[in-house]
Amino acid sequence: MRRLMGAALIAAMAWSTPALAETPKDTLVMAHTIDDIITLDPAEIFEFSGAEYAGNTYDRLIGYEVDDVSKIYGVVAESWDISEDGKTYTFKIRSGINFVSGNPLTAEDAAFSLQRAIILDKSPAFILTQFGFTPENVKDKIKADGDILTIETDQAYAPTFLLYCLTATISSVVDKKEVMANEQDGDMGHKWLRTNYAGSSAFKLRQWKANEVLVLDRNDDYWGDKPAMKRVVIRHISEPATQRLLLEKGDIDIARKLGADQLAGLEGNDDIRVRQGEKGAVYYLGLSQKNKYLQKPEVRQALKYLVDYKGIEQTIMKGKATVHQAFLPKGFLGALTETPFSLDVEKAKSLLAEAGLSEGFSLTMDTRNTAEITEMAQSIQSTFAQAGITLEIIPGDGKQTLTKYRARNHDIYIGRWGPDYQDPHTNADTFARNPDNSDDAKSKPLAWRNAWDIPEMTKQADAAVLEGDAAKRAEMYLALQREHQQVSPFVIMMQEIEVAAERANTKGFIIGPAFDDNRYYKVTKD
Amino acid sequence: MTSSMHNAASGEAASTHSWVPHPVKVVLGVVTTLAITFLGLLVVTFFIGRVVPIDPVLAVVGDHASASAYEKAKIELGLHLPLWQQFLIYVKNVAVGDFGESVLTANPVIEDIKRVFPATLELATMGTIFGVLLGVPMGVVAAVHKGRWPDQLVRVLGLLGYSVPVFWLGLVGLLLFYAKLDWVAGPGRLDIAYEYLVDPVTGMLLIDSLIAGEIDVFLNALSHIALPAIILGYFSLAYISRMTRSFMLEQLSQEYIITARVKGLSETRIIWRHALGNVMVPLVTVIALSYASLLEGSVLTEIVFAWPGLGQYITNSLLQADMNAVLGGTVVVGAVFISLNLLSDILYRLLDPRAK
Repeated sequence: MRRLMGAALIAAMAWSTPALAETPKDTLVMAHTIDDIITLDPAEIFEFSGAEYAGNTYDRLIGYEVDDVSKIYGVVAESWDISEDGKTYTFKIRSGINFVSGNPLTAEDAAFSLQRAIILDKSPAFILTQFGFTPENVKDKIKADGDILTIETDQAYAPTFLLYCLTATISSVVDKKEVMANEQDGDMGHKWLRTNYAGSSAFKLRQWKANEVLVLDRNDDYWGDKPAMKRVVIRHISEPATQRLLLEKGDIDIARKLGADQLAGLEGNDDIRVRQGEKGAVYYLGLSQKNKYLQKPEVRQALKYLVDYKGIEQTIMKGKATVHQAFLPKGFLGALTETPFSLDVEKAKSLLAEAGLSEGFSLTMDTRNTAEITEMAQSIQSTFAQAGITLEIIPGDGKQTLTKYRARNHDIYIGRWGPDYQDPHTNADTFARNPDNSDDAKSKPLAWRNAWDIPEMTKQADAAVLEGDAAKRAEMYLALQREHQQVSPFVIMMQEIEVAAERANTKGFIIGPAFDDNRYYKVTKD
Repeated sequence: MTSSMHNAASGEAASTHSWVPHPVKVVLGVVTTLAITFLGLLVVTFFIGRVVPIDPVLAVVGDHASASAYEKAKIELGLHLPLWQQFLIYVKNVAVGDFGESVLTANPVIEDIKRVFPATLELATMGTIFGVLLGVPMGVVAAVHKGRWPDQLVRVLGLLGYSVPVFWLGLVGLLLFYAKLDWVAGPGRLDIAYEYLVDPVTGMLLIDSLIAGEIDVFLNALSHIALPAIILGYFSLAYISRMTRSFMLEQLSQEYIITARVKGLSETRIIWRHALGNVMVPLVTVIALSYASLLEGSVLTEIVFAWPGLGQYITNSLLQADMNAVLGGTVVVGAVFISLNLLSDILYRLLDPRAK
C-alpha cells in the first residue's frame, strides 16, 4: 500500500493536474492574513480582519460615505433627531428588513444590541460606555418603543461623536431572538455568537476556520442591492511572496497583504491592478518621560528632526504609508496635515547642545520583530547616530513589546496606533489625554504609557468633545495638534496606506478609511 | 492496588523463568513512563508559558480595551489565581480529557487539534514516504560506491537538503513547478473549486476523497501536497541517506559479508538482502524519529505553502500566549514521539533476526 501511494506521489511529480488558472466567476477569492480574528461576536470584535467581517455581514444604525466621512446616512435607521438639550437621540427604524434567520429587524433588536454590548463589557465596550452607559443603567438610557429607538447620553456631546460611535463594529445590530435562543448561563448568546452569525447584511457567514479560511455566502434575502458575488472566500496566507504567486497565477482575485518588495515586483504586470486607500493608523515613536534624557523638551524636539521621513516613505514603506506628523489621521475632522519636521541633523545637534548633551547619550527602543517595523527602526537608529545618539534596538514579538510598553518599562517604543471609530476624539483621547499619570492608573492611554502628565491638554481635549459646532470643533483639534506636534513625547511619522492588488477582471472592492469599510458587495468579475 | 501488586509480583516470578518480561509488567511500565513523561511535559510547558514576558490577557482583549474589560477577562481566564492553583486546575481538567478553550480560535483546543493535526499527519506521512523511498536506496548506493562519484553526488544532495533553508526551497519550488511549469497546484490543500465536495472523515484529504469516491478531489489534493511533501521529504531524505550510508558501511565491512562473497552469492543479494536486512533495525529508529520531527509540524513549510497544520497552530498560539492551545499541542507532540518510540521498539523486536 505504501509503495502504491509512493508511486502515485512520484507520478504526481511528473504528470500532475494543471492548477485551475481561474477562480469561479461568482466567487471572490482573497488572500489575506486573518490570524487576528479571535471572535465573530460584534460586541467583542476589535481586530482588523474581524471588523472587516462584521462590516460585510452586519448592518448598523447609520453609516458614512467612504470618500467623505462627514456625510452620514441612515442604514437600519431611516432618520434621526437630536433633542434641544443635545442629550437625547431618537432613531426611526426602517421597516422591511429581515435577519438571515427570517426574524424581522425591529427597534427592539437595535436597542438590545447596544445594551448587550455594554453589559458584556468586552474590549471595545468603552466606545459606547464613554457616553455614560453602564450595565446597570443601560436599559433606561437605551430604549425601544414601536419603531423608535431612543438613546440618552450623560452630557451634550458633539453630535457626530455619538453618531460615529454608532458606525463602529460594536454597534452592529444583532438578531435578539436568535442570539437569546442560544444563551448559555446568562451570557446573552456570547459563546455561541463567537463562532456563529445572527445578522442581516449583504453577506452571511458560511464557515470560519481560525488561521485558515473565512467563507461568506451572499444573503439572498438582503434588503439592499444584491451583491454579484455568490461567495467570498478569504484564505489565510501569511507569506506575502506566496500571496503574490497565487495572484499572478490567477488562483486568487485579490491579494491583501503584499509587502513593498512584492508590490515593486508587480509593477508593469497588466493583468494586475494595485489600489490604495488611506487608513487611519499612524506609526509613531513613544518617548518615555521617565527617561532623564527624553524628559528634556530640546531632546524631544531634536529627535523629531532625526527621522528620515521621506526616505522611509520612499523605500521601506513605499506604497504602504505616507508622511504624517499629527495625531489625527488625514480624513478625520480637524486633521492637521502640516509636516514641519524633516531630517535635519544640524538642527538636532544644536538642540541637543542646548540641552547640554552634545557629547551624546544612549537609549533603547523596543521594536516589534516584523519586517517593516524593524527596518524603520534601523533607519531611525542610523539617523540618531548622526547626532551622536546611540540607539539600541530591542527586538521582540508584538505582544511582548506591548506588554513592556504598557508597564512603562521602555525608553522608546516604536508603534502603530489605529483609531477605534471615525470621530477625532478616538485619537485625542489616547495621544492628548492623561487624566491620571500615577503608576496604578486604571486607564492606560498612550500619553500615560509615556508618563506624560498633561492636565491642561486633557482639559482642552475634553472641551473639544463637547463642542456642538463642527467648524469650531475642527479648529479646536487643529490648535491642539499644533501644540502637541511640537511639545509631545510622540514622534508621529507616517499614516498607513492599505494596498490591495487585484486581477484586472475583478472590480468594485471598496477600500474604506476604517477596516469595517472594506466592502465586498459591489465586487464584480468579468 | 492489590491486583497490580499481585501482577507485578507474578511478573517478577515469571522473569525468573524466562528473560521475556511479563506483559502486564510491560504495560505497567509503559503506562508509568507515559504518565511521568506527560506530567513533565505539562509542568515544563506550563511554567515556561507563564514566565514568558507576554501578558496573556492582552492577547484576548487587545491593546485598546478598558481597564474593566481587562480585569473581567483576567478573571475569566483564571489568571488572578496563584500559579500553582492555575496549574492544579489545568492538570485536573486534562486528566478528564478537557484541554480547555483556545482564546484565539474560540474553539475547544481538542477541536482545533482535530482540525490541524490531520493536515500535518498527511503532509508528514507523504514526506516521510518520499524520504524513505529515495533516501534508503541513495544511502545504499553511496555506501557501495564509497569515495566514488555516486557517493559524492549523494553527499552533495544530502548536504543541500540539510543546509538550504526550507522556506527558500519552498518558494523557489513554487516559483518553478507551480508558477512557471504548472506541474503542481499552488499553496493550500485544495483548489477553491474543489472545496466542500468531500465531508471530513479522517481530516486527511487524500483518504477522505477516496472514501467519498471523488477522484477529481483526490488528484487535486495530491497535486497540492506533492510539492510541500517533496520539500519536507527532501529534508528527511538527507538525514536518512546519510544514516543509511554509515550503517551500511559498518555492515559491509563485517565478516559475514566476506563469507557471503566467498560463497559466491550475487552482489545484489549481498547488498540489498543481507547487509540492508541487518541495517533495517537501527534504520527504523532513525526513520521513526525523522517522521516524528515532521509530525511536530514544520512551521516554515506550513507558512510558505499556507498549510493549516499543527506547527503554525502551536507557533501562533505561543506568540499570542494562548496557553491552553500551546499545552494541548505539546501533549499531542509528546504523544506522537512516545508512540513512535514504542512503535519502533516493537518493530525492532520484529525485525531483529536474533529476536526471531
